[in-house]
Amino acid sequence: MIATSLKTPSARVERKIRALVAKPGLDSHDRGAKVVARALRDAGMEVVYTGLRQTPEQIVEAAMQEDVDVLCLSILSGAHMTLFPRIIDLMKEKGLDDVLVIAGGVIPEEDISKLKDMGIAEIFGPGTPTRVTVDYVRNNLKRKS
Amino acid sequence: MLDPEELREIKEKSGRWEETTLKSYLETRPERKPEFTTTSGFQVSRLYTPADVSDLDYSEDLGYPGQFPYTRGIHPTMYRGRLWTMREFSGFGTAEETNRRFKYLLSEGETGLSVAFDYPTITGYDSDHPFAQGEVGRCGVAVSSLADMETLFAGIPLDKVSTSMTINGPAAMLLAMYIAVGQKQGMAPELLSGTTQNDMLKEFFAQKLCIFPPKPSVKLVVDIIEHCAKKLPKWNPISISGYHIREAGANAVQELAFTLADGLAYVQATVDRGLDVDEFAPRLSFFFAAHNDLFEEVAKFRAARRIWAQFMKERFKARNARSMWMRMHVQTSGCTLTAQQPVNNTIRVAIQGLAAVLGGTQSLHTNSFDEALALPSEEAVRIALRTQQIIAHESGVSNTVDPLGGSFYLEALTREMEEKALKYIDQIEAMGGIFQAIEKGFLQKEIVNSAYRYQQDVDKKERIIVGLNEYAGNETSKIPLLRIDPQLEEFQLRKLRRLKESRNQDLVTRTLEKLRQASEKDNNVMPHILDSVKAYCTLGEICGVLREVYGQYEELVMF
Repeated sequence: MIATSLKTPSARVERKIRALVAKPGLDSHDRGAKVVARALRDAGMEVVYTGLRQTPEQIVEAAMQEDVDVLCLSILSGAHMTLFPRIIDLMKEKGLDDVLVIAGGVIPEEDISKLKDMGIAEIFGPGTPTRVTVDYVRNNLKRKS
Repeated sequence: MLDPEELREIKEKSGRWEETTLKSYLETRPERKPEFTTTSGFQVSRLYTPADVSDLDYSEDLGYPGQFPYTRGIHPTMYRGRLWTMREFSGFGTAEETNRRFKYLLSEGETGLSVAFDYPTITGYDSDHPFAQGEVGRCGVAVSSLADMETLFAGIPLDKVSTSMTINGPAAMLLAMYIAVGQKQGMAPELLSGTTQNDMLKEFFAQKLCIFPPKPSVKLVVDIIEHCAKKLPKWNPISISGYHIREAGANAVQELAFTLADGLAYVQATVDRGLDVDEFAPRLSFFFAAHNDLFEEVAKFRAARRIWAQFMKERFKARNARSMWMRMHVQTSGCTLTAQQPVNNTIRVAIQGLAAVLGGTQSLHTNSFDEALALPSEEAVRIALRTQQIIAHESGVSNTVDPLGGSFYLEALTREMEEKALKYIDQIEAMGGIFQAIEKGFLQKEIVNSAYRYQQDVDKKERIIVGLNEYAGNETSKIPLLRIDPQLEEFQLRKLRRLKESRNQDLVTRTLEKLRQASEKDNNVMPHILDSVKAYCTLGEICGVLREVYGQYEELVMF
């Protein structure tokens, strides 16, 4: 009762930023993905983590189901040039053009520009402070809530 | 270790030192931080004196190398007799390419082989499975059948090298292929020496490369231990691994405790199978990480030996001294390497390698400085190997046994490491054991919490990483990286297609059917897996049969 009374009646419930952290492919390095997922959650976002070994289809399906604003892909296995384009294509197919897509992991420099051309907004390599990722998500959402 | 009179005097003098010399010094020169801690968060005192180790009983707690409890080393002469095995983990692309890398490393003075398999192989899929697209040969070598294994070891006599294989879910299949390659070279299985990682428990909470659920996974582990105890006397059927636990985010004490808890579970499971402890325990081996906090790491290795020896003697009533030995392989830490200013990593690797040697390891892999960016280039792996050779031949640390033993700091830290690890082991056992701890997500949670805390410390600069959050400069040194030719995947697929067309299909069907029957009856499946690989059944086919019988593991997703 007290908690309710403290709320100003006009306060609009703001929709939290919804994020999906996904691990495509067979790669099992999930330390970074989990750290990022928790950092986003600590920053006040609603975070869903897919778990390991997700196919592009499963990831895009989850992004749709969870109605996310941002999709964070993590991969360290070197299969990014095979898996990322499929995810991007499927997202376009499903009309998820307004979802921000970012990626992290071990991704060689020469692949970064190709991935950006495809539609991955930013790539965060090893050593990126979590604050940088959080701020980037906040400032670059495509959907305006 | 001291008589009460001496101890009293030291305490008194320490007190006086604090009141006089130290106090006046601190008045004008305060310390850099209010408190100092190890990487795992242990409080570190300003100074250690004999008073900090006064409860240590030299004979009981340290003793002599080659004698219980093996704190100072498992061999009486350690590296004065024989240096550790220098083993560089390698594998990429096709079997042809990795075979060339193996021969290169042997020609540069490497003394043992260590195979990295690609993701499809370690998760039990053939290179032509849809899940394998884009992954073939990327993080290791692709091995889909005995044909690939024959190529991988072509021209390498298996009775002359020891081979370590980082393989868990499909360990039985890869070991069977190795045995079959040996037989084709004319070597009986009893001549083969090496190691299969074959540690499934840590997969469920750390490395997470799982195929089957925990119970059948451990059943397969025990099948291999039993088979090796009877047929491969020189083979280490398992390497109980803390390395991946640490890389996933655990600190040193968690790495130690969770590894030992896994080890205890395997011993129990094998004893429950009906084997005598001394029949198999001498061949159990361990695998740890070495990080930058040199003293903490050395303490971890020493505590590990002491705890293991005690458990084996007291809980499992081992009589053979070898059953009490903790033989270990150490790898320097991948997660401490930075993508920024990568050449700095050579220094980290040297410190970590030194820690492993000061900790009395039997075998060492030193990481290459480019590993935060890619699989190692030939130059980078040569420097990594040279780092070990410099430690061995130039640093002087191999001249005496356990050179840091007796350091007040190290002994206090070894004791603290031991106590904290034992507390964790008690906690796990109180939950009902390792299976329950995994099921509840306890271990996963502990690790992810540590990983997050570490990252926060780095982000807040409470932990300095040179070249990353301090001294970052704007260095843009470019180093040449190993590239995996995407055409290798095509080449591997063609090879696999040819194999499937040319093999005796009837034999394939028959051996797989026999394997299915054996696995349904809960028999030891090793002999049937051996028959299957010899019939050129593929890895994916064999794992497919077992997936149908055992089911597949569903990850407990949490962060």
